[in-house]
Amino acid sequence: MNPLLLWFHKFGSPPYFYAFAGRWLPWLYALALITGAVGFYGGLVMAPADYQQGDSFRIMYVHVPCAWMGLFAYAFMAVNGFIGLVWRIKLSEVLAMAAAPVGAAFTFITLATGSIWGKPTWGTWWTWDARLTSELVMLFLYFGVIGLNGAIEDTRQAARAASFLALVGVVNLPIIHYSVQWWNTLHQAQTVNLLAGSKIDARMLWPLLLLALATHVYFFASVFARARAALLELEAGKEWVRQLATETAHA
Amino acid sequence: MPDWFAMHGYAGYVWSAYAIFAIVIAADAIGPILRKRRTLSALRGRLTRESSRAARAAAAPESTP
Repeated sequence: MNPLLLWFHKFGSPPYFYAFAGRWLPWLYALALITGAVGFYGGLVMAPADYQQGDSFRIMYVHVPCAWMGLFAYAFMAVNGFIGLVWRIKLSEVLAMAAAPVGAAFTFITLATGSIWGKPTWGTWWTWDARLTSELVMLFLYFGVIGLNGAIEDTRQAARAASFLALVGVVNLPIIHYSVQWWNTLHQAQTVNLLAGSKIDARMLWPLLLLALATHVYFFASVFARARAALLELEAGKEWVRQLATETAHA
Repeated sequence: MPDWFAMHGYAGYVWSAYAIFAIVIAADAIGPILRKRRTLSALRGRLTRESSRAARAAAAPESTP
């Protein structure tokens, strides 16, 4: 077997992934905490106030990274769901279902902070604008995936049914991304573009990029922690889990 | 410091947004830790019951049909 495929098989084995994720978790949490703290300092203290929005623009530093993560988590969930459906890899199903609550949390933060930002900027908490509505639909899709996964008794069947729903919902991702171009929206158009250059001052940009890194790292930490807990439940009858339970009993 | 905290009148909006972020992320981080602890303690309980049942069966084999 070629080495890449061999690694893939080893990585997909629950006891191996459990140990691997456990080794990485403390580092991921630490890195997310440090980059997050520096990013927030940069955004709240060092960045100058916006010439139009004043200090209210600082909500951007929670709103935008969380909005990116809502989309990223959905894509991660759909890709893992697809792998789980096609190749029946247990770890992929577990990772897909682990990503759903984290993505829902980020999407909820995006909607709530966006609403708080909208009040002083647009004069309204909510409007049925294309960007806002499609983002709300994504939150409901996350709820659907979580609910369907919880409603079916058999864990693996539940993950497959919920993964299918997640795949159908992928149609919403380009709608969210392009909504500010396709329709006249109250929501502002894209400002940050890594390839074409950003229309934002460098002193405002670097904390945002650092926070994007922090939220990505946090996402993987949270998904790893959730996947570890789910694997213990799924493999409760297996020897490696029994061993783990008795080993940690005296700790 | 109080000047900075006031955010030129936007304090209520800015700090409530950051508070929502902090609360939701904290809840998200605690969830899997509690779940793992619950699973392991349930599993340990089951293992203890199984081993004590096995010990009882070994001590009094005639009592089990």
